[in-house]
Amino acid sequence: MKPLTTEEIRSVIARGKFKDNLFKATGVFCLALALVVIVALIADMVIKGSERFTLDFFLNFASRRATQAGILSAWVGSLLVMLVTALAAVPLGVAAGLYLEEYAKRNWLTNIIEINITNLAAVPSIVYGLLALGIFVYQFGFGQSILSAGLTLALLILPIIIVSTREAIRAIPAMIREGSMAVGATRWQTCRYHILPYAMPGILTGVIIGLARAIGETAPIITIGALTFIAFLPPVPFTETGEGTAGLFDWVMSPFTVMPIQIFNWTSRPDPAFEVNAAAAGFVLMAMVLSMNAVAIYLRYKMRKNIKW
Amino acid sequence: MSANNTSGLPQVSNRLAYNAMRHWKERLIEALLLAAAAVSVLTTLGIVYVLVSESVSFFSHVSIVDFLTDTQWTPLFDDAHFGIMVLISGTLVSSGVALLVAIPMGTIIAIYLSEFADSRVREAAKPILELLGGIPTIVFGYFALLVVTPILQAILPGLPGFSLLSAGLVMGIMIVPYIASLSEDAMRAVPMSMREGAYAMGSTKLYTALHVVVPAAISGLAASYILGISRAVGETMILAVAAGMQPNLTWNPMEPAATITSYIVQVALGDLPHGSIGYQTIFAAGLTLLLITLVFNILGQWLRAKFREAY
Repeated sequence: MKPLTTEEIRSVIARGKFKDNLFKATGVFCLALALVVIVALIADMVIKGSERFTLDFFLNFASRRATQAGILSAWVGSLLVMLVTALAAVPLGVAAGLYLEEYAKRNWLTNIIEINITNLAAVPSIVYGLLALGIFVYQFGFGQSILSAGLTLALLILPIIIVSTREAIRAIPAMIREGSMAVGATRWQTCRYHILPYAMPGILTGVIIGLARAIGETAPIITIGALTFIAFLPPVPFTETGEGTAGLFDWVMSPFTVMPIQIFNWTSRPDPAFEVNAAAAGFVLMAMVLSMNAVAIYLRYKMRKNIKW
Repeated sequence: MSANNTSGLPQVSNRLAYNAMRHWKERLIEALLLAAAAVSVLTTLGIVYVLVSESVSFFSHVSIVDFLTDTQWTPLFDDAHFGIMVLISGTLVSSGVALLVAIPMGTIIAIYLSEFADSRVREAAKPILELLGGIPTIVFGYFALLVVTPILQAILPGLPGFSLLSAGLVMGIMIVPYIASLSEDAMRAVPMSMREGAYAMGSTKLYTALHVVVPAAISGLAASYILGISRAVGETMILAVAAGMQPNLTWNPMEPAATITSYIVQVALGDLPHGSIGYQTIFAAGLTLLLITLVFNILGQWLRAKFREAY
């Protein structure tokens, strides 16, 4: 083989450098495209929806007249469903994570549970809706209520909470457990007084990310048959309703609507006046989701700075 | 313990009793925690039970052969046809469009972030991708129908108001963060020494990335693509909003069509009586969807096992 001249070597290097830079530019372009989509999405909703950002929009029920329609029943519904979801998913998820990290022996049962959790995370959310329709709505007779919706979303985000609990627990060094047990604590006392408190920031991050996912979920809630037009709020405990005093938990059985369903309803109407409402409601939902995510990112950042074993 | 207790025996038995109680309490707590962990298994069993039991009664009315070969899907008409291929075609076309966007874009971003970008860019890019992954799908649906479709109509005259194309494109953007972050993790797990070896032989960064790092991380990349496919096949709201909901056996992304998921939404929005054949169709459709995602997941696990490289 003939040796290359200096000129040829220079041109080979220049070509290589050019290709490197070309790829770098492509990478930056793809990232910029992602950023553009986010900015365009938010800008579009703010500009279109700006005329609806009034107090009335938050305090009015849905209406057939676009300008008078509001999101009162939707945001109240979303908050109540999230409350049920959190009450169901957090204890279950943390307990399951604690079991798998601190108690589980390496056996077939543990294997099944672990494989199962991985696979559940890949199941489409609408399938959870079908599960809830068959089991919660009809078998258990919860009907199309806040309870059914909350439990459905709880099952949906359970894998997220379990995985983040396990990661947070795994980061705690073994010496903490050994120290606790060496002074006579039982396994549960070790978990209760050491493992859980130290893992709490990590668990909290997972819980918030899970709830942020749940609050934007539409498909499973439509599947269980949430209504799209609700002009009343769930009964407040101990107040007079048409059928007597409402009990403490009557609201969980109430029909409801949530933010994403309200947006879906307004988006699919042919009348462009409702587009404005959809844009405004979409922005409110985005603000809810993004602020939850921001809290989670902040917590994670603080955690990384504070932990020194 | 009281001071007049000279024998010491009651002391011991008290301590034993305390220990036994403590033991039982521990066992009880462990059982409770195990029960919580078992909820996930119950969820899976519940999904399989609901889908299979409703599908069994569905298939007692409709033959499986018709279900798989009929070219019409009109379950709510008097002349009812149950050809699931109609819905599957919509699902596959929209997923195909989404993956044509998401796989190249996600892979390029992953290679860029893991091999080229300095840590400042990486720190800035991660929240952007997380943000994109956190946007609710209904908001993406709104975006696809009311922003992307009008733009596409300006470029492609004749594009209808609802199309698989615009829904698929937006779905692709939605999936990019999943593919990018998983692929990046896989590539960053490739040991530095392999890159250094390539650089020492005179490779450029790009050559090293494409011919050393990507092949070494291929099982992780495949896993991220499979996750992307699962997301695309199971995505619901973008399609329900932007792709129209009329069943249409087509392979052309420029047309509106229903998918498995958007059909389920459409039926759930109506008021079908519990136990009717129309009610059962959504469970048969859901079972089909679950089987499709299952096939892809098994394929993914097989790919991962086949191409796994250990260092």
